Amino acid sequence: MSKPVQEKLKILADAAKYDVSCASSGSNRQNISKGIGSGVACGICHSFTQDGRCISLLKILMSNHCIYDCAYCINRKSNDRPRATFTVEELTSLTINFYRRNYIEGLFLSSGVVKNPDFTMERMMMVAKKLRLEENYNGYIHLKAIPGASEELIRQAGLYADRLSINIEIPTEQQLKKLAPEKDFKGVFVPMGLIRQGIIQNKEERRKFRKAPLFTPAGQSTQLIVGATPESDRQILMLASGLYGKQQLKRVYYSAYLPVNSYDQRLPAIEGPPLLRENRLYQSDWLMRFYKFQANEILNENQPFLDPDVDPKLAYALGNLHLYPVNVNTADYEMILRIPGVGVQSAQRIIMSRRHRKLNSMHLKKIGVVLKRAKYFITCNELPVYTKDLMPERLKHQILLESTNKRRNPLDTQLSLFAGFNQALPAAPKMLKP
Amino acid sequence: MITIKYDGTFEGFLTVVFECYNQKLEPGVILGEGRGQGVLFSESMFVETNLEKGNRVWNGIQKRLPQELNQLPYKLFLSELDDIEMKLFQFLQKLFDSEMDIENDFGDPNTLYLRKLGRKVNFEAMRMLQFVRFQKTRDNIYFATIQPQYDVIPLIINHFKSRFADQYWLIYDLKRDYGIYYDLDKVEEITLNKKQFHPLNGKVHKNILQEKEEEYKTLWKDYFQHINIKERKSLKVQRQHMPRRYWKFLPEVS
Repeated sequence: MSKPVQEKLKILADAAKYDVSCASSGSNRQNISKGIGSGVACGICHSFTQDGRCISLLKILMSNHCIYDCAYCINRKSNDRPRATFTVEELTSLTINFYRRNYIEGLFLSSGVVKNPDFTMERMMMVAKKLRLEENYNGYIHLKAIPGASEELIRQAGLYADRLSINIEIPTEQQLKKLAPEKDFKGVFVPMGLIRQGIIQNKEERRKFRKAPLFTPAGQSTQLIVGATPESDRQILMLASGLYGKQQLKRVYYSAYLPVNSYDQRLPAIEGPPLLRENRLYQSDWLMRFYKFQANEILNENQPFLDPDVDPKLAYALGNLHLYPVNVNTADYEMILRIPGVGVQSAQRIIMSRRHRKLNSMHLKKIGVVLKRAKYFITCNELPVYTKDLMPERLKHQILLESTNKRRNPLDTQLSLFAGFNQALPAAPKMLKP
Repeated sequence: MITIKYDGTFEGFLTVVFECYNQKLEPGVILGEGRGQGVLFSESMFVETNLEKGNRVWNGIQKRLPQELNQLPYKLFLSELDDIEMKLFQFLQKLFDSEMDIENDFGDPNTLYLRKLGRKVNFEAMRMLQFVRFQKTRDNIYFATIQPQYDVIPLIINHFKSRFADQYWLIYDLKRDYGIYYDLDKVEEITLNKKQFHPLNGKVHKNILQEKEEEYKTLWKDYFQHINIKERKSLKVQRQHMPRRYWKFLPEVS
């Protein structure tokens, strides 16, 4: 009956790969008592798969047996797939042996729901407990909290894990009910609230007693599937913004919907995952977390979706041209962060260097500013390139024309002027090449 | 302008800086032993390394740099670039002579160059934390070979020491022919005379590895294959994060 570990590893890695999160950051757990393992606050990626995603943690399911039948999930009950379940010993041994060879930064354990939520949560918690108490392991542990598991089990899991996460998956409850009739938002947000409270309490305790045990020091995260249901980008961003604010989540992940169960009529028929949309959402997420943007600045009531042509920061600038050009030698940090083509690092460098000298465009270029974009939105010590009378649409076209984006030819919506005359003309003029 | 030679150690370089101030020297080239080429027909002198003088310079640097940058001169030195001594010397001159935080003057070409280089050295050290792969040998030592672009071993000791505190390990730099060995108590610098691995690619013969080693390598490779999502294939991004020069040390891709 029992499959060899290698078989199980293949099946359960396959089943776990659709979870996006792989972060090992946010925990500085020390290697006490000369055991094995330590946390590194910035996280470490140990390898990268062919899809370009990082492997930081051993991301694996405890079991891919599941009592639920969610339309979007590869492990749903009604799918005919090979099934396997790890024992607690197998998982701890695998984790420790990978860790000792510096293959991984820790364990990310999730699971299908076997029998009932409590049974599943308890077994997962046992893995973390065994690693911490018996193996003397201080590396990273990320556990999935199972919706519907008892408060006590989640509290215990938080004592051994660095991060807990509960996936919302579908951004509105109405759609969730449609795709996963056995689930509801309450099942997700109740444990999320419990964990949040636990973290706040723990911070208080540690302020009083430095040695109080840690509770989920790297916080919690969640995941939203994009493109399986008809929600707009604005709805998704507002939800994410609420999660960062009210629920104090560390990360919200967006996962482009992969048609894993294409036979299910409740799901849209698409050819490939909406990767560009996912990318734009991540860019917006970055704007909220590192660039001090509010969700409703990125998309207001009249804009349900992000512009696929340009990144959200450039779109914001084009929609708010009255705020530009920004004088890089005098503007405050918040405004410099809002210049397209200026990242957090360049913004900091600008702030520090301008105390030593007035900066011109040569300096900016060397510092790392992407002038190709930024030049329309700044004034430095020179004449500005940007002129006020340029309409947003014209400007957008101009920038797209200059961008070397290989993914998409900016001119491909227009008829080519010289299309039929190639042979009669000498080499096409350089300017017309994207 | 004068060519100053020293023994090639960081302490030696700091002594050179001390003597330049002490004897009011104006160096044109600073040359470590076995590094770079001298200039013909130029006057040259040799500075003997002196720990006390070196320390005085180091303490001076520590007083002037903020905490997050206080190792910068050392990291820059570890880059081993040919002209790094002169660039570093010019930077230190500014640091000692100015009241401002000149380390943050990114408009100055030399400072910008050095700050960027500092990031590169940090990055290379990070890459070692990411891509070191241990193999367990028959005498219970977890062994790894590396070939970093810069001499970053001094920067990674603490990480490995605190993380793998309960196992013997050895990390060996093939390019510079030295390594660090941890014996459950302290880390020592060692040079292996009789090598049981290939001097270029670090491949170890199966005979000296534990039997289980191959098994774990296979499990790891299987995991690597099965966690990949085929529909999202993007080899360019993979190479961006994990450049090819590290691949020969990674069992999952080599």
